[in-house]
Amino acid sequence: MKPENPPGTPYKRNDLEEGRVLYTEDSLELWYRWSLGKYLSKYLEGLKEGRILGRYCKACGRIYVPPREVCQYCFRETDEWVEVGDTGRVNTAVVSYIQADRSRMDKPLIIAVIELEGASKGMGILHRLGEVDPEDVINRKIFGKKVKAVWKPPEERTGSVNDILYFKPVEEV
Amino acid sequence: MRMNIHLKNRVACVGAGMTLFRRRLYETSDELMWLAAKQALEDAGLTIKDIDCVVYGTAPDNFDGIHMQSEALADGGGALNKPYTRVYVGGGTGVFSAIAGWWHVASGLCRRVLVIAEEKMSHVQPHPQYVFHHIFDPVTEKPLGVNLIWIFALEMHRYMYKYNIKKEDIALVSVKNKRNALDHPAAQLGMKITVEDVLNSEVLVWPVQRLDISPISDGAVALVFTDEENAKQLTDEPIWIEGVGWNLDTMYWTNRDLAFPTYLYYAGKMAYKMAGIHNPRKEIDFAEVYDPFDYKELHHMEGLQLARKGEAPILTREGVTERDGDLPINPSGGLLGVGNPIAAAGLMKVAEVYWQLKGQAGKRQVKKDVVTGLAQAWGDLMQVGTVIIMRR
Repeated sequence: MKPENPPGTPYKRNDLEEGRVLYTEDSLELWYRWSLGKYLSKYLEGLKEGRILGRYCKACGRIYVPPREVCQYCFRETDEWVEVGDTGRVNTAVVSYIQADRSRMDKPLIIAVIELEGASKGMGILHRLGEVDPEDVINRKIFGKKVKAVWKPPEERTGSVNDILYFKPVEEV
Repeated sequence: MRMNIHLKNRVACVGAGMTLFRRRLYETSDELMWLAAKQALEDAGLTIKDIDCVVYGTAPDNFDGIHMQSEALADGGGALNKPYTRVYVGGGTGVFSAIAGWWHVASGLCRRVLVIAEEKMSHVQPHPQYVFHHIFDPVTEKPLGVNLIWIFALEMHRYMYKYNIKKEDIALVSVKNKRNALDHPAAQLGMKITVEDVLNSEVLVWPVQRLDISPISDGAVALVFTDEENAKQLTDEPIWIEGVGWNLDTMYWTNRDLAFPTYLYYAGKMAYKMAGIHNPRKEIDFAEVYDPFDYKELHHMEGLQLARKGEAPILTREGVTERDGDLPINPSGGLLGVGNPIAAAGLMKVAEVYWQLKGQAGKRQVKKDVVTGLAQAWGDLMQVGTVIIMRR
């Protein structure tokens, strides 16, 4: 039977801690400043003002959120700025119990893809849901429901996707 | 041969080798490359002197923490003073490195190529999962604290919603693949589990639970490809590479149809056209589809047209995808069972197709007579499909 005698020497975490496997360690500390360009800059400025902005492509009629310079379907520059609503419908949602480093969260977080009203069908954005019972996510009752952005107070906004605290349902789940 | 594109050379696989897949391996990355390469060369009856060029695949540099991974590992891959190429499409890299090996020979550029895929994830502390935080958009997604499992859970849940699929049916994939892996000598997570075990395992991001998901792994896999003339000198039974396909969808993943893998539909179509396949469900005898999550095996079967939309869970429940079924899927045990050293896991799938077509899979050998097999991987920001079709 192939593979025949696959080589390799497994070890366990405590083999490191108890000195049976030698190792060296180092950390990579890198710091980045990403310049945002014309389109994302305006998107974040819009968020600071409590508005969600998209870009319209005249050739195919799509309205993109987040906004972008190029319509990737037509491969031409998008034409106009459009303000889309801060309401939308839940395309999909999940309940997260872990952080990015795999550690457990203190309390679960509901994450969703929300299709914004005023953007083209299927143009969702990633964000949190709030004021939702996790059970309604698990049984998928929240899918397709109308939600609306809950914004930070204007003085606390920084020009970030986090200027929206979360989206909350505005119809019965 | 029924290829629909002009090729200088028909390409054959003539050797394969791999290391163990484990959560932690003591060997360094280049030592793993060497171990896999040595076994593949011995299997082919060749030495490194016979090799014209080397193709190497690995997923993000961040796992090794050396930002010139390819060059750092060239010696272990036998690439000294040879044309040497690294290819990278995230999780799709394993199959893509085989595709890149194929084009080196198909184009007439090289006669014999050594393809190696390696991944050593265990270096990263406290958990390798964190590397994936850095694949997301730093403006629109990272500030939300995104992790990789979120996007898979979002996709899985949309797929379940659209086709009204039960978690029980999805869990059957994990049960099958981990059981298949019991017969794989390199497997990390071969085990007998039940649907109940999956449903009772730790919830990470609902609907994804711990046993829905493949492990963190170290490992390496190598293959040897040659042109037709050379293959016939080496063996009476070369395994031919008859179709390749790859395709990339938008990185704006929240703008995509999450219930259907369009990128894979197109990658599959490209490979089927090249291999002269008109009805994949009838003409593909078995497949190694990419299964880092159990739902993803089902999703990918549908993208590859091996099942109609929403039908893959039904085929699974009916036993069609078991090793003794009509369409065996992941007879190796897949990523869920053999393990997921990312790029190496994809190339392991190509190796499994090779061993199955050679009739060398032993206890893993699928019951039906097989002539045509397919291996597939998926990666980048859930957006790339890579496909290879092989025949005996």
